[in-house]
Amino acid sequence: MKVEGVVLISIGIFMAVVSVGYWFWSGEPSGTAMLIGSVLLGLLPGGYYYWWAKRMRPRPEDRPDATVKEGAGVIGSFPHGSMWPLVFGAGAFLTGLALAFGWWFLPPGAGLIVVATLGVTMQSRRGGTI
Amino acid sequence: MTILEEKATAPAPAQSRPEPVHHAEPSGLVKWLTSTDHKVIGKSYMFTSLALMIIGGAMALLIRAQLASPHSSLLSFQQYNELFTMHGSIMIYLFVGPFAFGGLANYVVPLQIGAPDMAFPRLNALSYWLYLGGSIIMLLGFFTASGAADFGWVAYAPLSSAVNSPGAGPDAWIAALILTGFSAIFTGVNLVTTIFYLRAPGMTMFRMPIFVWNMLVTAILILIAFPVLTSALVMLYADRHFGMDIFSVKGGGVPVLWQNLFWFWGHPEVYILALPFFGVITEIIPVFSKKPIFGYKGMVFATLAIAALSTGVWGHHMFTTGVVLLPFFSLLSLLIAVPTGIKFFNWIATMWRGQITFTTPMLCAIGFLITFLIGGLTGMFLASPPVDFQMHDTYFVVAHFHSVIFALVIAAIGALYFWWPKMFGWYLNDRIGKVQFWLLFVGVNATVIPWYILGLHGMPRRVAVYNTGMGWHALNIAATVGADITGVSFLVFLLNVYLSWDKKVPAPNNPWDGTTLEWFTSSPPPTHNFTRIPPIRSERPVWDYNHPDAVAIPAHKSDNNDKHASPPTGASGDDGGD
Ligand code: HEM
Ligand SMILES: [Cu+2]
Repeated sequence: MKVEGVVLISIGIFMAVVSVGYWFWSGEPSGTAMLIGSVLLGLLPGGYYYWWAKRMRPRPEDRPDATVKEGAGVIGSFPHGSMWPLVFGAGAFLTGLALAFGWWFLPPGAGLIVVATLGVTMQSRRGGTI
Repeated sequence: MTILEEKATAPAPAQSRPEPVHHAEPSGLVKWLTSTDHKVIGKSYMFTSLALMIIGGAMALLIRAQLASPHSSLLSFQQYNELFTMHGSIMIYLFVGPFAFGGLANYVVPLQIGAPDMAFPRLNALSYWLYLGGSIIMLLGFFTASGAADFGWVAYAPLSSAVNSPGAGPDAWIAALILTGFSAIFTGVNLVTTIFYLRAPGMTMFRMPIFVWNMLVTAILILIAFPVLTSALVMLYADRHFGMDIFSVKGGGVPVLWQNLFWFWGHPEVYILALPFFGVITEIIPVFSKKPIFGYKGMVFATLAIAALSTGVWGHHMFTTGVVLLPFFSLLSLLIAVPTGIKFFNWIATMWRGQITFTTPMLCAIGFLITFLIGGLTGMFLASPPVDFQMHDTYFVVAHFHSVIFALVIAAIGALYFWWPKMFGWYLNDRIGKVQFWLLFVGVNATVIPWYILGLHGMPRRVAVYNTGMGWHALNIAATVGADITGVSFLVFLLNVYLSWDKKVPAPNNPWDGTTLEWFTSSPPPTHNFTRIPPIRSERPVWDYNHPDAVAIPAHKSDNNDKHASPPTGASGDDGGD
């Protein structure tokens, strides 16, 4: 977990240096805003991982000496198949058509998206990861 | 619809016997439509993107046919504009990227880290459907009254406004890219989470194959860059339909803002396309040189450095607008040469004194190195503003980025020949593969080298006709012939797929004496990938397992000293971290 955190934090720090340099050299707001977005993208999750890394025992995948047996047990629940991504995708497709070809595609598109969101949530409650 | 789920349990150690598990599964079309298996989704991505590449390639051949003679009337100006726009859009948005992070990475990353699937399998399936839907919408543009989008793949404002480019075709282009943008973001999230949370025990970050590292960095770049593109597209749509005037002067907007947003995505994007293929050849070269990769950590840091720098160089596409900070963007662009140089050094050092076998994947890796080098060096020229003021919007720029992207295409073909036996359990014919490689390699370079010269002679890009007296005709014919040879190489590829499928040569688990985990499981791998897994004690676990007596090679051992070894603790419930 620690290396993961450090990788993201280093990206954040690098982007911070670039943002400061860019802002004072160019004074251009849109680029600076996007660069600051990148700083946050590095620091926020990176800080979270690092914070946890300090507080937990290294996981088997963090330890060079871990044996395969240590990873034994359930590591997650993976669906074998699900129709909801397809339904959601179809809804998004219709919504995309609505943007280009006319708003009458929107109600069925939005409807499918809502149904798929409900469906996938129900499926998850019965166990499973999205 | 039945819900089929399985608690995935960790695979047993390699020593124990596998216990095959069988599930009742739907078959055929329903299975494909509802599949959340990363291997199925990865393959769907690969074949969809290859199909789109063939469509985009056919458009390129039409464009080249038009340019083969100075005043050709094969295509109208309108058709020409639509074709170069859609060619570029299909190739960049719908082919190279989705092939790399949706196809290859999806298939290979979980296998290489010993994971049963991607972290969010249903989100992964959604990524694919969004991508497919977006691609269809983009192609539908051709069937609208206004025709397909014709403002270039970069959609510069104010050309892309409702006044200058009215109609449903441009709107379809925008809608398509919003969908594929979300698809890419979801894939990025999925890859990062998979790599952070689903590695096998002992697979520390610094034991991950370089391909996985590169995909991690690519995914982070996706998360930095794509949200900017997607929001810029929403703004453009709002401009066109709701009169927001973000990018139009008349309402107080700033047209060049579009370029800022677009290239803030656009330059990281070129590395989102390139890094996966850097990873591919970093897998191929050691295997066919029979040596561990030279400078593992150097490779990782070079990848991180390239990615970090690439977010601060977008202005080099805007030098001639006159409103960007030339020295800043020039400096950062030139700095990218340093980590890229380190990578080239390491690739060559890996081959140095290796026992090289020139299989198709290895030839493609070498073809990649040469072609990418040409593109990278001419990128350095363009990164210098005085040169760029001359070269901007000429065929020199077209040649630069085609060198780079054709290099990626060559690497993509290498990746297909390399992982095909794993994906399907049978080989692609290597002899036909070599024919294909040489046609491709000669074809692409015969296309781009005339373009460099044309650019130096001042031929502008995006023109459908040119004057006879400019001395451009012969070079254009050469480029067209090169493009046709490239086209033939893909026919040879299709032929090879057919012939190899017709007379299958079955592939074992580890056809190339590969060193990473995907070569340990069966070809093709079972559902959830592994029934057993070898101990992971270096970045080459399968090599260690198959060659227990091999002399340890110091260079790679010292890279993986157990510096952060902690006292062995039994894994107990609460240290999963999630
Ligand atoms: C060594 C690093 C690189 C440098 C310094 C570099 C530099 C440049 C520069 C300065 C331009 C703008 C030229 C102009 O419009 O006047 C440009 C264009 C372009 N480059 Fe690169 N480049 C590099 C690598 C790459 C890579 C790896 C890719 C693709 C995977 C790529 C793809 C492109 C594309 C697509 C364009 C043209 C965009 C357009 O105007 O349509 N470049 N490059
Ligand atoms: Cu660039």
